[in-house]
Amino acid sequence: MSDEPKPYVAGLNSDVRKAPVRVAFITRRTSAAVRVTDEERMMTHPGVFFRILVAIELLTITLTWLALLFDAPLEQLADPMHTPNPAKAPWYFLGLQELLHYFPPVVAGVLIPGLVVLALIVIPYFNVNVEGGGLFLSERARRVTIFAGMAGALCVFFVVFDVWVALAPTLVIALFMALAARQAAKGATDGLAAKPLSFWIMTWFLAELVVLTAVGTFFRGPGWSWVLPWKEY
Amino acid sequence: MKPISAYFEELRTTRAWRSVFRSGPGGTRLHSALVVQQNIFLHLFATKARKRVMSFRATWYLGALSFGTFLILVVTGVLLMLYYHPSAPQAYADMKDLQFVVSSGVFLRNLHRWSAHAMVFLVFAHMFKVFYRGAYRPPREFNWVIGVILLLTTLLLSYTGYLLPWDQLAYWAVTVGSNIASAVPLFGQDIRYLLLGGHQVNANALLRFYVLHCVVLPIAAVLLIAVHFWRIRKDGGLYVPEAAAGENTLAPAGAAAEDAGAATRGGTP
Repeated sequence: MSDEPKPYVAGLNSDVRKAPVRVAFITRRTSAAVRVTDEERMMTHPGVFFRILVAIELLTITLTWLALLFDAPLEQLADPMHTPNPAKAPWYFLGLQELLHYFPPVVAGVLIPGLVVLALIVIPYFNVNVEGGGLFLSERARRVTIFAGMAGALCVFFVVFDVWVALAPTLVIALFMALAARQAAKGATDGLAAKPLSFWIMTWFLAELVVLTAVGTFFRGPGWSWVLPWKEY
Repeated sequence: MKPISAYFEELRTTRAWRSVFRSGPGGTRLHSALVVQQNIFLHLFATKARKRVMSFRATWYLGALSFGTFLILVVTGVLLMLYYHPSAPQAYADMKDLQFVVSSGVFLRNLHRWSAHAMVFLVFAHMFKVFYRGAYRPPREFNWVIGVILLLTTLLLSYTGYLLPWDQLAYWAVTVGSNIASAVPLFGQDIRYLLLGGHQVNANALLRFYVLHCVVLPIAAVLLIAVHFWRIRKDGGLYVPEAAAGENTLAPAGAAAEDAGAATRGGTP
């Protein structure tokens, strides 16, 4: 044992898992000013829980009234020998059943719903347009050509297969996209012109979903023929 | 005379109460936080939420309402199970009993059915609302994926429940749906057979749908909902657009102007 004091060793621990090092990069056009992000907050208990509780209570009251006023349907005992015409799926599948009317089952029943689910899952993993910039705010001429071409091809496809029900929402969305391009050309940077591509795709999907489901539910009668909902068949 | 809340406060100081609820008595903010943090179910949630996300127009409370329909469905569903036999044609006779024999049977079935339709609608609405306010973007991408799986679970729950009354409506709706399954290339017939337990909708199908509807899918839904809620906390709370927080933001004048520009360029409503 020596009387000398132990040499003090100053070192840098380079193992980031034990001693994480935070490095800040100050990029161009920003200063090191602190952005205050602690905005007004509310305690989860009781504030948030109370609001949720009120929301669920109002929902329960509404549904209770519905249950008191309208009876759930109950038809005759199930009979495999007697097929009703039309035989309809639950309402949320009637958009698909409407598509089955036009396309073979492997397309309408497997391919299209499969692609829709896949598309929904991958939405947040597409980092093509993180800032959500308006579709027609840059490279406008090129993009107008591309999307006019795509909308045109889609419309021709629907006409060839006689899918008039799916054609109508496509035309409406294409019309609004043309409007957005026109507003962007005039220099607008807000409203329709600011909508990114993902907005247009999702809105087209929503429009198709609503129209196909509504047609399947209200406008289809025996043999999947076109009927008016207020007429008896 | 003491107010009722005082009795409740007294109750909270008792040994028995404190042995159950770890947070103990008190009304401070710390205590409010502990109530959430020290409870196995509530600790799925954060102890605080930004005030802006709790405004009605931020979310329309669609997620909470979807969960509300699920709760109603569990309660009414368990009660309906007490009067139901998953066998053909007894299942249909049970529907008739609910209608004419069981007290409030009609109301119970009505509430279950309308809540089921409401749940499908609300879950769809919730998904579109989340999309349009841009809340699916990183770091919340995986919670969006769980949400999509929950949407499919909801549709399957509703679809399997559709068969259980065993009337013409149920029978043929499920026949139409299961025919679609047989369109899957290569395995179509096998999938359909697995689902129905036969080559057509019959008593086996009813039993399988019953097990899926009352056991498998609800358990899956509960687990997924728990993860869905927990991820809200882990991903930094419910999303609200940054731009609306203008008045709370301290930033150099130049940067603020740029931010405002960015907000108008790329703002998702």
